[in-house]
Amino acid sequence: MEFKFEIEGGNFSKAGSASSEVKKILKQLNVNPKIIKRTVVSLYEAEVNVVAHAFEGNMNVDIDTDKIVVKIEDRGPGIPDIDQAMQEGYSTATPQVREMGFGAGMGLPNIKRNSDQMNITSKVDVGTELEIINYFG
Amino acid sequence: MIVQDIVEKLGLKVCSGANGLNREIEGGYTSDLLSDVMGNADENHIWVTLQTHKNIMAIASLKELAAIVLVKGYEPDEDAAEQSNEEGIPILSSEEEAFELTGKLYEMINQAK
Repeated sequence: MEFKFEIEGGNFSKAGSASSEVKKILKQLNVNPKIIKRTVVSLYEAEVNVVAHAFEGNMNVDIDTDKIVVKIEDRGPGIPDIDQAMQEGYSTATPQVREMGFGAGMGLPNIKRNSDQMNITSKVDVGTELEIINYFG
Repeated sequence: MIVQDIVEKLGLKVCSGANGLNREIEGGYTSDLLSDVMGNADENHIWVTLQTHKNIMAIASLKELAAIVLVKGYEPDEDAAEQSNEEGIPILSSEEEAFELTGKLYEMINQAK
């Protein structure tokens, strides 16, 4: 099963809506609640990253019998140094975004902790591609 | 213990989501960093924060939290209150600061266990 969701850069009022749709689908499929919880945390963080940093993006979800594969692609500034971005506490979020309680530098580490596989590639001034894979078994 | 119990005992204001006052509380989390709550709060937790914008409801809904308590008399933004009503996850408000409120909630939740 494949699903595609658009993510609007800068629109915080919609942040989380794609993750919420995926959560509903996984619940309908009776996926183990623990795996749903992990997946929801990683997808929400990925979605917020696009909203906070990129112009636009999309979330492509592929659900198989044994796993969920999610690709989040955005058009945006990209990440110059991925290792640095992966460090807990490192963030390039604006002061306004931080004031809302985002931009604590916990997003990517949260994704890593809550996914079985995480692959990230990025090109400065082009965009970022993030793949999250969680196994149901 | 349900949300209604803490509303009564702590004299909290129910700002929105009154249809969820019978939700069960099994623990709590206090933080104003959304990713921190996303990563560490759990289902049926009560969340103490000073954030009032709509994204607190996205978190509460995704994590299936029992309720949100705003500190220092803060009230939710209109769109946050709307989503709280739709999802039946109450947003409450306390006149107290996070430290005092969390201490009282911690004691109540532990006594109820």
